[in-house]
Amino acid sequence: MHQHILRQAQDDSGVEIAPAPKLGRAIVVTSGKGGVGKTTTTANLGTALAQRGARVALIDADVGLRNLDIVLGLESRVKYHLLDVLEDKVTLDEALVRDKHSETLVLLAAAQSREKDEVDTEKMRALVQGLRERYDYVLIDCPAGIELGFKNAIVGADEAIVVCTPEVSAVRDVDRVVGLLGNRFKPQLIINRLRPQLVKKGKMLSVEDVNAILRLPLLGVIADEPEIIITTNRGEPLALRHDGETASAYHAIAARVAGEDVPAPSPEFKESLMDKLGSIFGGKRA
Amino acid sequence: MIEWVKKVFGGPTSSSTAKERLRLVLMTDHLALAPDIIENMKRDLIDVISRYVEVDRDKVEVNFEREDRALAMLANIPIVSVNRPSPPPQPPTQSGPPPRRRRRKKPSVQNPATAH
Repeated sequence: MHQHILRQAQDDSGVEIAPAPKLGRAIVVTSGKGGVGKTTTTANLGTALAQRGARVALIDADVGLRNLDIVLGLESRVKYHLLDVLEDKVTLDEALVRDKHSETLVLLAAAQSREKDEVDTEKMRALVQGLRERYDYVLIDCPAGIELGFKNAIVGADEAIVVCTPEVSAVRDVDRVVGLLGNRFKPQLIINRLRPQLVKKGKMLSVEDVNAILRLPLLGVIADEPEIIITTNRGEPLALRHDGETASAYHAIAARVAGEDVPAPSPEFKESLMDKLGSIFGGKRA
Repeated sequence: MIEWVKKVFGGPTSSSTAKERLRLVLMTDHLALAPDIIENMKRDLIDVISRYVEVDRDKVEVNFEREDRALAMLANIPIVSVNRPSPPPQPPTQSGPPPRRRRRKKPSVQNPATAH
């Protein structure tokens, strides 16, 4: 009798007993610095993985500043959030929001009117573990900063993707975050918002400059393109499309995450007529 | 050709300035995050100098300063006596195979000897 109760308790926690034959991968998307595109990257990578047929769960761990639902266009469907699940107010299935566009994609939204330190770290770990038994990928959108919100976002993850823009401050913060993550998470790098024209003119750090310092495996480079802003405005991630350089870059990154041996996408500098004129007449260096 | 002329006369690009700033700021960050390394280095430094002169261990200061384009280590090591301290500390290479390095470069000693 006593033994039976004990086993029941362990079953409920879902951690210790009978793990599924193959667990999904839990990947935290982080950066340290805010505003480098973690949420946009999470939404697009999640969409691209789901478009490949993978079962994907996205967790918005940015408690207090819920945004992933907006980028995915799911804000009107969110009824319950992460803390409702962690505090056992609703079941996980009640809180998971099905994506509009990709059948195999679900979102667990962040709580908007709560604070990051209200998240129970151990419960968060168990939640991610539970999701790994049901999904091929669990992507966790980490809040900016390196405080408790960061710790709660990484606790259940076993891999990390770091997003960095080609700026001194962003590289410095990624360097710090990678130091905090340590070796366990095998961090991989996405360089976001690169402007090849500026790199060519010597006005922006290049991919090589950034990675000479960070020395991380490069998943891919995303250009700073207006279509990302436009698709985010509409709540339709760019990775829903299969044409165009930037959409293709997200799909290539997803393929690399899935273990396919495709080259890391990198935007190319396409010299326009204006660029040529500019270089003939000598633009001022800055 | 025009690009080349600009490269020669135009001075550094802003991306090379960014690269340089990043290199320096990360060196400073990494040092600040590794206090144990600095402590070990300080101890080793004192050990080496103590083989030649007697230093005031408690008053040794090691600082790092950012200068315009470089990071400098400044060591302030008060020397108590220029006589070999007694008992003379055993250099670590003495009992092993032939000494590898007889001379070691001394760091800049800012405070001159306060001889007794």
